[in-house]
Amino acid sequence: MSEVSEVAVSTEAGRIAVRKTYKLYVGGAFPRSESGRSYVVTDSSGGFLANAALASRKDARDAVVAARKAFAGWSGATAYNRGQVLYRIAEVLEGRRAQFAAEVRLAAGGSRARAEAEVDAAIDRWVWYAGWADKIAQVRGSANPVAGPYFNFSVPEPCGVVAVLAPQDSVLLGLVSVIAPAIVSGNTCVVVASTDRPLPAVTLGEVLATSDLPGGVVNILTGQVAEIAPWLASHMDVNAIDVTGAPGALADDMAVAAADNLKRVVRLPATDWQGEPGLDRMVSYLETKTVWHPVGS
Amino acid sequence: MNAPAAGRPGHAARPGSSRPGPSPAGSRVVPDESTRHTDGMNEVAASDASLRRFLHGLPGVDEAGATARAGMLATRSVKTDAKRQAIDLAISMIDLTTLEGQDTPGKVRALCAKARHPGFGAPPVAAVCVYPDLAGVAAQQLRGTPVKVASVATSFPSGRAALDVKLADVKSAVAAGADEVDMVIDRGAFLSGRYRAVYEEIAAVRIACGGAHLKVILETGELGPLDNVRRASWLAMLAGADFIKTSTGKVSPAATLPVTLVMLEAVRDWREATGRRIGVKAAGGIRTAKDAIRYIVLVHETAGEDWLDARYFRLGASSLLNDLLMQRDRMETGRYSGPDYVTVD
Amino acid sequence: MRFDYAPAPESRSVVSLRDSYGLFTGGEFVAGSSVFKTISPASEEVLAEVTHAGPEDVDRAVAAARHAYERTWSVMPGKERGKYLFRIARLIQERAREIAVLETLDNGKPIRESRDVDIPLAAAHFFYHAGWADKLSYAGFGPSPRPLGVAGQVIPWNFPLLMLAWKIAPALACGNTVVLKPAETTPLTALLFAEICQQADLPPGVVNVITGDGATGHALVAHPGIDKVAFTGSTEVGKEIARMCAVSGQRVTLELGGKAANIVFDDAPIDQAVEGIVNGIFFNQGHVCCAGSRLLVQESIADELMESLRRRMSRLRLGDPLDKNTDIGAVNSRAQLDKIRIFAESGVADGAERWSPACPLPDRGFWFPPTVFTGVSQAHRIAQEEIFGPVLSVLTFRTPDEAVAKANNTPYGLSAGVWTDKGSLILSVAQRLRAGVVWANTFNRFDPASPFGGYKESGYGREGGRHGLEAYLDVLGPSDVLGGQ
Repeated sequence: MSEVSEVAVSTEAGRIAVRKTYKLYVGGAFPRSESGRSYVVTDSSGGFLANAALASRKDARDAVVAARKAFAGWSGATAYNRGQVLYRIAEVLEGRRAQFAAEVRLAAGGSRARAEAEVDAAIDRWVWYAGWADKIAQVRGSANPVAGPYFNFSVPEPCGVVAVLAPQDSVLLGLVSVIAPAIVSGNTCVVVASTDRPLPAVTLGEVLATSDLPGGVVNILTGQVAEIAPWLASHMDVNAIDVTGAPGALADDMAVAAADNLKRVVRLPATDWQGEPGLDRMVSYLETKTVWHPVGS
Repeated sequence: MNAPAAGRPGHAARPGSSRPGPSPAGSRVVPDESTRHTDGMNEVAASDASLRRFLHGLPGVDEAGATARAGMLATRSVKTDAKRQAIDLAISMIDLTTLEGQDTPGKVRALCAKARHPGFGAPPVAAVCVYPDLAGVAAQQLRGTPVKVASVATSFPSGRAALDVKLADVKSAVAAGADEVDMVIDRGAFLSGRYRAVYEEIAAVRIACGGAHLKVILETGELGPLDNVRRASWLAMLAGADFIKTSTGKVSPAATLPVTLVMLEAVRDWREATGRRIGVKAAGGIRTAKDAIRYIVLVHETAGEDWLDARYFRLGASSLLNDLLMQRDRMETGRYSGPDYVTVD
Repeated sequence: MRFDYAPAPESRSVVSLRDSYGLFTGGEFVAGSSVFKTISPASEEVLAEVTHAGPEDVDRAVAAARHAYERTWSVMPGKERGKYLFRIARLIQERAREIAVLETLDNGKPIRESRDVDIPLAAAHFFYHAGWADKLSYAGFGPSPRPLGVAGQVIPWNFPLLMLAWKIAPALACGNTVVLKPAETTPLTALLFAEICQQADLPPGVVNVITGDGATGHALVAHPGIDKVAFTGSTEVGKEIARMCAVSGQRVTLELGGKAANIVFDDAPIDQAVEGIVNGIFFNQGHVCCAGSRLLVQESIADELMESLRRRMSRLRLGDPLDKNTDIGAVNSRAQLDKIRIFAESGVADGAERWSPACPLPDRGFWFPPTVFTGVSQAHRIAQEEIFGPVLSVLTFRTPDEAVAKANNTPYGLSAGVWTDKGSLILSVAQRLRAGVVWANTFNRFDPASPFGGYKESGYGREGGRHGLEAYLDVLGPSDVLGGQ
């Protein structure tokens, strides 16, 4: 663990390290939980790492408000602009590659090479999605040959605010793989990070905050999934929910609660996060809009 | 006068064409500037229906195109001598404004002092713009100077009062010494298609103004699409405005370049149609010298040099003056100035 | 009050020109057999010497491209290829001002256009195609589309770097390597682009830039080591290339000339239409294949529109292309200027009425004032042939049917414009226009996501968007190849 420690927690000889306070990431700022609560986060061998904020239902509520507020601007930005921002996230993440490798390893254990591979894959995932921003409409949209004097076309549009329960195991690659497909098309999101391994998510928030991503597009909560998720699942101003990070029974409950306002529910089979993602997640958060317009003089 | 004939919908109402009847470009009869109301105009203004036919027959404004044009003009680079000239021109076009609930005679006196002598050798501004109850203070301070007294009126900024109250407001401002009256149109009436009511109110204020100049505030931030900005501009000009003005400054967005572009096109086309030159005032949100120069460029390339004159273009602003003064100092000394070196008024 | 902008020249100091440039093959600059000079059309000053690539230089470049294709580029995973293209996009953005100034120096176009249009669009083109490199299986050309091989690309002088981007970005994204020949009069930004490839650590030979004249272009296009020919330029040369490729069986895309109609109906948003007409024909001195060179205006508003157009044209600022306030720069070459003059004279001889605003022209360099011809009929040469200069021909029409008929009455079919407030009319006219791009209530808009290319004699294929990828992918069986044996 020695190389890891150098980067993240411990001290060089004679110097006391300055530790970071891990807070929430909401509306572009880093507040503590409004509840004032925190919980102990340990490394893979049980050692103390940090006190993370234990988000409450009110933090979730605030995060949804922040996400809704950011939606108009982010969905109204050009696809080219969104693609550039996502690529910028990859650039900034690459610059903090070593820090993330150390944090991932602290959180999940395993070899250094494995942690680095996860970080590299996470960076490449942002690049992959960056390219989709201005292409998904051509792949999923269409001009429709209706029988009549009408021009008819269909375009994909973002569905709105997405609640994302991030995977519990893949703390960086999995996290990125559930956030990016939501925001690439203009949705905004509220993410509940891995409960036991939340620190890379908070650090990812720092990357997002310095990558020209408007505040509120991604909001990251740390805490107990079982406590926060029901509030998001039943929230009437949330348009979709990804239940990946919820255990099976809870996921069932989420899907039922989501029906109150017919949220789009994303429940995809367990996946190898290293593989190419495909379109499933991205298109789950898209509505198709079809426009009819008469043709004639 | 070859004013557009009433009741001719569609492009027949277009400005720029000599109507009634075709006449080749260049042979247009320039009407006597003193004839404000004519048979043609009266016909246009006869009813909501005739006004609607006329205003909705004006050419449309494509928002993307207008915004792109304004954006392109914003890239014009005004340097050295041109910048010096533009800065002094902008200063001379300012309606130095205070319109706050907390305004006092002391505040207005300070503003008047600044208006007369901005400092740094700059020319005086065009006018001081205040609420009607302080117009008298301003008039006293500015007597014998080239700086005009402008007063808002007609229950500024909302305009939600009975007509006789609004007219009393105007008359009190004029009686107190206002040279110029900045009225607001009834946006509710405009948006509900009661164009005749808007027209009559402006015309009534026009009469109440007597010899004072009338600036008509369209409050474009409440009008929606640029098509409405064009229609409101024409409606105000038909009803007798001397100036059309973008905003009260109390609604966001206030003046913008695309809105001002459309209004400048309207006064340009109005002169083509009637021979009469109407002024434009951009007000609200113009804070920096760079902003002001962009407006001057917009005037220069849209309505033309005839409008580069404080009689035909104004900038309604307060903090703008100090930024212009700092830029002026920068041009003269070659170094950047700071807010400690201009007065707080 | 008199007011005019003081001179506001963009600084040339951001550009450091070498005295002499070699050919960029196999990742480095190499000397060739002979050299020629490239000048600034605004001042006629010599900017630099560049190398004239002979047949053996072309051989070497094609061999380098083949080597890179087989050993490196075609076997590299798409996501890694994409990263190189993202790097290039970023490098263009980082060096944008320098490239813009160089483009303006070598081409004569106003700095406002190179700065605000050409260079940002070139960067955007690389950015867009970077994202396709690992997504080709989603593009609708089968589950694993293959590259073609080595592409020989010949580009014109009107948008030197932008046309380079249109050619190189999709080729590389799809896994091809390229040999590109920039136009004889505008080689410098392509050579600067070669430096950018070096800065990006692009594997040697993936991009090769060879400079020269028409003979060099011919040698490249005719080279047996080329799998794909891409050409943008005149219809005359395009036809010659089509004949060559018909025999050789090479895949070919052509983006050729145009004589676009810009149709203005009586209910158009007039002020914006006037802007669109001006932008359509005077953008880049009219050196635009898709320029709106024929204004078709509804007769009922013709006089009114022409008056507005003349007023607007009187405000155009012609002069030093490096001045940030210049709207119209220099014509790219003496040869082009001569051609424009001959066309203008033919317009007068045919009986059309010529008008230009008062517009003093600089003493040195190649200049032509913005010019409009009224009273033009379809039979006039200036209504039929591509002038490629700031010359607008105005015709009138009475009904939509007549407008469409006149607009389509040309062997070309690249672009067209429609101006009306009525949506259904836009769509019905657009549906009937035989043109590859139709702009409604706007003109001369370009985006990497939007396919561009022409019908009829304006060329084969499309560039940009999902559709543009097809030109660089092996999506046809051998027997389906255009002109194949």
